[in-house]
Amino acid sequence: MPVYLDHAATTVVYDHVVEAMALQQRRVGNPSSLHSAGRAARRIVEESRERLAATLGARPSEVIFTSGGTEADNLAIAGIFRSRRDEDPRRTRIVASAVEHHAVLDCVEALAARDGATVTWVPSDADGQIRATAVREAIELDPAAVALVTVMWANNEVGTVNDVPAIAEVAHAFGIPFHVDAVQAVGHLPVDMAASGADALSLSGHKVGGPGGTGALVLRRDRPVVPLTYGGGQERQVRSGTIDTAGVLGLSLAVEYAVAHLEVEAVRLARLRDAIITGALALDRGITPGGVWTVGDVSHRLPGNAHLVVPGCEGDSLLYLLDAAGSECSTGSACQAGVPQPSHVLLAMGLDETAARGALRVTCGHTTTPDDVAAFLAALPAAVDRARRAAGTA
Amino acid sequence: MRVVAAMSGGVDSAVCAARMLEAGHDVVGVHLALAQKASVLRESARGCCTIEDAGDARRVADRLGIPFYVWDLARQFRDEVIDDFVAEYAAGRTPNPCLRCNERIKFHALLDKALALGFDAVATGHYARIVDGPAGRELHRAVDAAKDQSYVLGVLDADQLSRSFFPLGDSTKDEVRAEAASRGFAVARKPDSHDICFIPDGDTLGWLRDRVPGEPGDIVDEAGAVVGRHAGAVGYTVGQRRGLHLSRPAPDGKPRYVESVDVTRNVVVVAPADLLGIRVIEADHVRWCGEPPTGQERFGVQIRAHGAELPATVAVTAGAGGERRLLVTLDEPQRGVAPGQSVVLYAGTRVVGSGTISATAR
Repeated sequence: MPVYLDHAATTVVYDHVVEAMALQQRRVGNPSSLHSAGRAARRIVEESRERLAATLGARPSEVIFTSGGTEADNLAIAGIFRSRRDEDPRRTRIVASAVEHHAVLDCVEALAARDGATVTWVPSDADGQIRATAVREAIELDPAAVALVTVMWANNEVGTVNDVPAIAEVAHAFGIPFHVDAVQAVGHLPVDMAASGADALSLSGHKVGGPGGTGALVLRRDRPVVPLTYGGGQERQVRSGTIDTAGVLGLSLAVEYAVAHLEVEAVRLARLRDAIITGALALDRGITPGGVWTVGDVSHRLPGNAHLVVPGCEGDSLLYLLDAAGSECSTGSACQAGVPQPSHVLLAMGLDETAARGALRVTCGHTTTPDDVAAFLAALPAAVDRARRAAGTA
Repeated sequence: MRVVAAMSGGVDSAVCAARMLEAGHDVVGVHLALAQKASVLRESARGCCTIEDAGDARRVADRLGIPFYVWDLARQFRDEVIDDFVAEYAAGRTPNPCLRCNERIKFHALLDKALALGFDAVATGHYARIVDGPAGRELHRAVDAAKDQSYVLGVLDADQLSRSFFPLGDSTKDEVRAEAASRGFAVARKPDSHDICFIPDGDTLGWLRDRVPGEPGDIVDEAGAVVGRHAGAVGYTVGQRRGLHLSRPAPDGKPRYVESVDVTRNVVVVAPADLLGIRVIEADHVRWCGEPPTGQERFGVQIRAHGAELPATVAVTAGAGGERRLLVTLDEPQRGVAPGQSVVLYAGTRVVGSGTISATAR
């Protein structure tokens, strides 16, 4: 069996989630129907909503179920942008961090290309962190024109965690709504909607041991958004479409379980992560960790995220060689038509294009064991040496 | 062996990968991203490097259960193939980019990367055969004469051949399509790619005009009389008859063909067929697919893709700088021998080697 170390891409669904969902899949009932089958389904949906809200320090009425993190991000950004501009046509500017996931980045760019939005990209520091002061500087260029601020909770590539309450405070000081993409954070870091100060928070099911195709936007009741989809008016008229009862059940159970076990699991994951990073650094091949890293730290870096910058390599060569040796991981960055692109996150952190192509993201999850890490570290040196020869740098 | 199966997304490379896997090799599918914009969608059935083609290749790899990667060789392809194509035309020659791509990309950049990553060989869906001969591996024509692609592989040297597999060489195209269908490949009925892959609409002249600045000039006959105008000498090919738009017909009313292209004088020369017969061909950039011949020998020669094989006497000579040249004397004069095209030498079905036509004489 290959060693799976790409849990930030998607992770193993918890057994109890699979079982609860399978049970629910066999039951009929549209949660919008009035008969008893519908009522039974609605009960599951509303209990799932309450479970998710309780887990995240939110109110049930704030939870809008979506098809995943991407839809939640798009709904928040486009929805808030359009609503804020409707309130005041001067508000056409979006303040967004330069190291966002493509679900945010491309949504912002689409609004700029088609909806007359202008964008102020907040620069990252060399660790991939977005400072509240940098957000402030971006807003201060023209505060009255800013429709919203969007900054991720934790970076999906390099694992750097931002100070979300501080950023929310800056946005609110100017009366601007703040959206946080918490897809990588929920279940891995303590996330409390109320304490964070965010007006909108995106999360995804499959990153926390829940089913794919599920997610939620947690949206304050006083924050209007223009919907992306129109139809039956489900999810407080914001997100029409029949709710996937089994899906939201699985989502809520997974998040609940991950959050309940977070404290112990974070420490365990950080040990595995630290073993990967220290092991890679000890290879004497010039490998450096991307992002902020201190042994044992579980609050400034995602506990399960090891990010390695391997000089002189193409990331996709490394991936192939590691895959062939039985270790599955990622470069962390997106492909365009299958062609690996240098990571925009690493470029924003100040790496040059060549260095940014040699990235390796190794992410641990709830099924990862020390043996997995050992197998990866055993395969790494030969892969690096060979990838360097292939790149002509060894 | 550990083998990279180059997968364009077409039916041939799909069956190639399947056959390599069935032969017991450890196969990884690799699609080459060669287009300058990776995300272009297929505009016609011509292309082989669009996002849809990559998707088609990936589907086949998934069905076979083999790993699949896209390798970005767009920069090398631009530098080695497209820029050369433009430069050759700008110099008044008619290049064959497929040979160039095989020499520099598929069996060089791709092969080198594969070897460096620990693979032993590259397999492609070309219709040609590799046969173990007394002096090593030999390149031979495919059994399907209509599909034979040994001409565009005539640039491979012994070392490249020793690292190559062409598992379709014993099959006909119909057999390959039938096999693809029986394997359940969605690409079984996908049309063949044609023409030049980086000119998706097939308008080579229009494509060249965008890249090579051309001044209008004269089209003259063999005596030097102006018989028409051209918008730029680049893009005319020796032997070409269509699209000349001559204003003055030949006195005898016979058709006229491009006899030569002189880019320094910006003149296209046309002549009647009987003046276009070429007997002597000089070629440089000589490549041997194995042991080089010694002295003067009789070979069959092919001077364009899908052209007929012509009997000839070939001498290997040394040029001024010591580089090898071929002096090919055809038994019968041949029309439309275009500088820039390759002349490939055959001994029976065996490919002996090739050269790029540099000069011709009657």
